[in-house]
Amino acid sequence: MLEIRGIDVSYGDTQVIRDLSLEVRKGEVVALIGANGAGKSTTLKTISGLLRARKGEILFEGTPVHKAEAYKLIGMGLSLCPEARRLFVEMTVDENLDMGSLKGEAKRQRQRTKEAVFGLFPRLKERRRQIAGTLSGGEQQMAAIGRGLMSLPKLLMFDEPSLGLAPILVREIFDIIKKIREDGTTVLIVEQNVKQSLAAADRAYVLETGRLVMQGTGEALLSNEHVRTAYLGV
Amino acid sequence: MPFVILAILAALPLTGLSSYAMHLVILVVMWSVVGMAWNLLGGYCGQVSFGHAAYFGVGAYTAGILYTKMAISPWWGVPLSIPVVALFSFFLGYIVLRLRGPFFALATLASGEVMRVTAENLVDFTGGTLGIMIQERTWVEKTWYYYIILLVATVTFVLVKKLAESKLGYYFVAIREDQDAAESMGINTTLYKTLALCISGCLTGAAGAFYMNYMGYIDPNVVFALHDISIITIMIVMVGGVATYWGPVVGAVIMVLLAEWIRSIPGLGTAHYTFFGILLIIIIIFLPNGIVGDFPKLKRLLKLQKA
Ligand SMILES: Nc1ncnc2c1ncn2[C@@H]1O[C@H](COP(=O)(O)OP(=O)(O)OP(=O)(O)O)[C@@H](O)[C@H]1O
Ligand SMILES: [Mg+2]
Repeated sequence: MLEIRGIDVSYGDTQVIRDLSLEVRKGEVVALIGANGAGKSTTLKTISGLLRARKGEILFEGTPVHKAEAYKLIGMGLSLCPEARRLFVEMTVDENLDMGSLKGEAKRQRQRTKEAVFGLFPRLKERRRQIAGTLSGGEQQMAAIGRGLMSLPKLLMFDEPSLGLAPILVREIFDIIKKIREDGTTVLIVEQNVKQSLAAADRAYVLETGRLVMQGTGEALLSNEHVRTAYLGV
Repeated sequence: MPFVILAILAALPLTGLSSYAMHLVILVVMWSVVGMAWNLLGGYCGQVSFGHAAYFGVGAYTAGILYTKMAISPWWGVPLSIPVVALFSFFLGYIVLRLRGPFFALATLASGEVMRVTAENLVDFTGGTLGIMIQERTWVEKTWYYYIILLVATVTFVLVKKLAESKLGYYFVAIREDQDAAESMGINTTLYKTLALCISGCLTGAAGAFYMNYMGYIDPNVVFALHDISIITIMIVMVGGVATYWGPVVGAVIMVLLAEWIRSIPGLGTAHYTFFGILLIIIIIFLPNGIVGDFPKLKRLLKLQKA
């Protein structure tokens, strides 16, 4: 579904991603893990077209997208739940969800998708007229995930969905991700929460200072010596 | 409510206001146009321009040059400034809209200044620092000038309101709040920012073309002025209320009257900038959303004073 072939990404003169290749197959949950500053968010932004790779290619369902303009990708079925939620804070929850379904099929199905999102997050339904900026952190994360789902994506990318949430909410978010996958959406997830994301993922990649250092199934990485000492602290 | 206000405004010249009072009213209405235009780009779309004098000046010079070079009535400048400023905004936008936040603000500030220096130096075309003078004014009376600018203002008000309440308005606000997120939602942010800039520029340019006709004289330091146009425009919207429909109108009333009042105090000279600065600081601290945006808060503050 998504194939990244040897990309380099830089901010000005500082190169942040070096020769990164990875693949996400249809129906999978794939995790990308790494320390702070490893380049995980940069990778997701590059896939979403918000940053440009200096070198390499990105294919989405076989179509090259590394030169496509960012606003066109959502229509192809690629959706990003950005880091730190990035809701439209002065709009209501409802309006935020509408912003996730501006065009095409997503717009036609808006009401139905919204009901499904409210099914996943009943709390959002209660607060649908509330201004997004006044939601609690957990509610904002739900709204951000909901907004991501509104576009009926084929591939949904999450950048640290568990950031700043209480453990019980983190578990809830991971349950939701499982449900999203069961409904047929492929998931690429970036996380600091290594243990839970490896447990939830079919496969995972480990990124260190912009380079891929390891890959494997979630289970294999969970029992890997290096991963255990570097990321799980055991 | 808006119709009542419009009816009152339309009847205003019948009340026998003095010529000087009419002059102030005309200035207020003209500045409302510029403020509303700025508000569309700066308030709704979040692209804070420090260079709206560029559009005002290009509009004014369109009218002026039509008169000096083509010997037609400068009133043609009001409609014809629209395509001219649209083209100008499009090219300027192509350059400045790549930048964000403070970088955008600085680039727009520079663009206003570049236009001023350009107008000073294209002597054959613009008359340079000598400016353009219209020999015979259309009317001695103010009434028709007033109705013309009132028409422009009404169109501007309705257009901005319709846009803000349309799909485009949502796109503008999304861009203001988070440009990257807006882009990820499928909004062609470059397109919509350019659109906001062009519409804002054209409305400002129409006000500039009116200014040429009304004042009968322009020069680069007047219509491309950083302080007297670009900065005043921002102040009008900040004082009145950013991203509110009536904010720019209220701001224009206050700024025009304040400027006149201060000018009437002997010995102050150009010290009105000092007062404007102080006013802006007060507004930012106590009414960050402007008089219209923070009206409930203002009412509370005033009640507290009485109690
Ligand atoms: N806009 C930017 N300009 C310059 N450098 C940047 C920019 N954004 C990120 N970087 C740098 O790029 C590197 C990778 O950043 P990135 O945000 O991708 O890390 P990350 O893996 O997502 O980290 P975290 O887990 O803390 O979110 C960091 O060293 C960061 O300082
Ligand atoms: Mg990150």
